[in-house]
Amino acid sequence: MELVTPDVGLIIWQTVVFLIVFVVLALFVWKPIIGSLKAREHQIEDSLRAADNAKEEMEQIKSDNEYLLQEARIERDQILKTAKDEANGIIDKAKSETSDITQKMIKDAQDAIEGERRAAVKEIQELVASLSIEVAEKILREKLSDDKSQKALVDKFIKEVEIN
Amino acid sequence: MNQQTPRLISRSLKISILSLVFALVSVNFSFAGGDTDGDKFDPGAMINHHIKDSHQWEIFHGFTIPLPVIVYSESNGLDMFMSSNFFNEAHEEVPYNGYVMDHDHITLENGDHVLDLSITKNVLFLFFNATALLLVFFAVKRGYRKNEGKAPKGIQSFFEPIIVFIRDEIVKPNIGPRYEKYLPYMLTLFFFIWFGNLLGLLPAAANMSGNIAVTLTLAVFSLIITLASSRRTYWMHMLDPVGNSMPWSAKALLYIILVPIELVGIITKPFSLMIRLFANITAGHIIILSIISLTFIAGSIGVGVVASLFASVMYFLELFVAILQAYVFTLLSAMYFGQAVEEHH
Repeated sequence: MELVTPDVGLIIWQTVVFLIVFVVLALFVWKPIIGSLKAREHQIEDSLRAADNAKEEMEQIKSDNEYLLQEARIERDQILKTAKDEANGIIDKAKSETSDITQKMIKDAQDAIEGERRAAVKEIQELVASLSIEVAEKILREKLSDDKSQKALVDKFIKEVEIN
Repeated sequence: MNQQTPRLISRSLKISILSLVFALVSVNFSFAGGDTDGDKFDPGAMINHHIKDSHQWEIFHGFTIPLPVIVYSESNGLDMFMSSNFFNEAHEEVPYNGYVMDHDHITLENGDHVLDLSITKNVLFLFFNATALLLVFFAVKRGYRKNEGKAPKGIQSFFEPIIVFIRDEIVKPNIGPRYEKYLPYMLTLFFFIWFGNLLGLLPAAANMSGNIAVTLTLAVFSLIITLASSRRTYWMHMLDPVGNSMPWSAKALLYIILVPIELVGIITKPFSLMIRLFANITAGHIIILSIISLTFIAGSIGVGVVASLFASVMYFLELFVAILQAYVFTLLSAMYFGQAVEEHH
């Protein structure tokens, strides 16, 4: 069978041609292509990793921000609370001071009124006393206008003194 | 599993195609045995003429390009001349310069053997194939330089997935961690066979990758690489396949049969590579030519229409077989290399 009998010439040519093609392709084509493919795969891998890292960093920053915000919020609340407390204290203090002053003023007023009243009463007493003496003098002058009645009164006083 | 399936497909395809080949060969003989009247159509001769190598390139009937003949013999030395010298005006074979050509077989006039290094049709197509490979892949490489660090473009983006497939699906899983050393050979092998198969499907093309000499050479390359990279484990698998699971006395008896079989396996593996590619590609050509021949045997336009349709369908199948056989040859070579470089486990 000629069909299945390998021809020596063709074997030689095939060996030569294939080897040339192989060597040329291996040196000038496959090597750079395989290198490029590898480089690109590395690059893609690196990029993906970098993207992951960036995402993680972003997450970190975000949580940091959240923390800071939280912190700020707490501080704000604290400041507000202190301010409120302080304000309340000031108000309370002011209130108590005001009431003290008022109390004192009322007391002073009362004292003044009392003093005035006493003075008035004393004055009235003095006035009443002098009036009474005047009245008594007038009555006595009337009653002792005659000697008889003067004598009777003297007697009466003497009796009284005697008893004592 | 995914390595088994293509093998199974190719095997069943091979079996069916081989049986067709045998059927056709027997048909050839019956035609050849008949009266070779000048006008009578002889499909066997036509098909043989198409699938066999030739010293001239017949583009179509009546238009033939003569090719250079290069012969070497001890008595006459190296000789170079055009093959057209072997034909007279009546297209009859005549002796030239002490050489005779009988059915594309050149000998000395005294019947002595010569070394025929002619640029035959197949050698010409080897050159075409090599040129196509170099042109295409230098263009691909230019793409890598031009689009460095960018997405592939044009011809580069067509071949990149194939290159990556060969690397990741054929070479890497079968050869293992030391695959990179074998990658240039595997890529060259795959594209050489694929491009060769496709070139062979062109009109007026030679059946280059379906020639047994071409497939033999490729198979021998794979064999040489297998043996050159073989390690201790590879040979121990052959010389001591049972290992320590049996006493020596029992092993000795078993090995009288087993070891020769294993050693023959070194040769049968590349032999199967050679036959598989040759048979698949040649059979494809034979089938298409046979279907077209039906038209001329029947001499009817109706048969011609049906045969043309059927031949077109076969042509599409052959386009698929072209890449499938390149894949199978590369895959099996990778598996043999993998067995050779396997570490002890």
